[in-house]
Amino acid sequence: MSETFLYEVFVRGKRGLNHVHVGSLHAPDDEMALRNARDLYTRRNEGVSIWVVKASHIAASSPDEKDPFFAPSADKVYRHPTFYDIPDDVPHM
Amino acid sequence: MSFDNVYEALSEDGDARWAFGTGFADPLAGVDTTVPPDVAGADLAAYCLMLGDDALVMSHRLQEWCTNAPDLEEEVALANIGLDLLGQTRMLYARAGHADGTGRGEDAYAYFREPEDFANVRLTETPRGDFGDLIAKLLVFATWRLALLQRLITSRDPVLAAIAAKGVKEVAYHRDHAAQWAVRLGDGTEESHRRMQAGLDRLWPLVGELFAPHEVEERLARAGVAADPAGLRAEFDAVLDQVLTAATLRRPDVPPEPGGGRGAHTDALAPLLAELQSVARAHPEATW
Repeated sequence: MSETFLYEVFVRGKRGLNHVHVGSLHAPDDEMALRNARDLYTRRNEGVSIWVVKASHIAASSPDEKDPFFAPSADKVYRHPTFYDIPDDVPHM
Repeated sequence: MSFDNVYEALSEDGDARWAFGTGFADPLAGVDTTVPPDVAGADLAAYCLMLGDDALVMSHRLQEWCTNAPDLEEEVALANIGLDLLGQTRMLYARAGHADGTGRGEDAYAYFREPEDFANVRLTETPRGDFGDLIAKLLVFATWRLALLQRLITSRDPVLAAIAAKGVKEVAYHRDHAAQWAVRLGDGTEESHRRMQAGLDRLWPLVGELFAPHEVEERLARAGVAADPAGLRAEFDAVLDQVLTAATLRRPDVPPEPGGGRGAHTDALAPLLAELQSVARAHPEATW
């Protein structure tokens, strides 16, 4: 094929609430990328919805920026609601 | 649900053994397997073998693309399509063994019949060729088979109807896959257009056979069990015209190849079956 692009693939499972990144693939365009994703990543009954996006369209944080990006939140204990008493019947906390 | 393992997040009920598969459905669950009393079992068995042999031979030709496809993505896609057809074959052979009263299993039909006993249309057995040949063959085969299976959903044989209901969803995807490629190759580069058109031209003399009724099909169509193949032509032509127009390809204008008629074959079938049957015949007692 003359030209293919790298795509990232996201699949939502039957009971999943959100799409989960499952891998990547090559395809010449969006339509074929969706079909390739169906054939590569849902052949064992994993999904009911697929997103594909050209990898070049994803803006990603750089490993070089890891410290300035993420380290400052490591010591902000007051950002976690750990100073409250949570009643036993409040779920998901 | 955990997000540490993507497959765990996708599996049903948090089944940790996702690799074994979840949520399988049996397409024949709860289906009445009694042959309708006014239908000749021998006819029904012969018809199931026609449809099963078409799928088996087509499946084998698709499997030959494993390690030969233009890219990994397409290789898995073709293998998936081949496996869909193999699944249809198995159910149709099982139905044939029930309908003809012999109780023969799937393997008996697939591995221990001679080429002259196979009832597939010749289009399925043509040699692998190049990618243009493959897409032309898949487009023609899937368009024809989808039209056929859609009519069999209302077959008076409940098993055939259930097999068709499952197959329609599969073959609709096969047709879409082939159509997507036909448009990209036909409306692609000069070379891809040339090869796609050449694939259609080579195949076309065998297209007429798809719509020529066999006497078994005529009898079963009258009984409401089979679909009359002649009645599929209009839908086939309409779908093909739509795809070929979008793909800037032209419908070949060539006379049909004589012969065929579900039982007469080209020279390509015997070597195909020799390979397909070699392991089972070398180890006839083996189980797998």
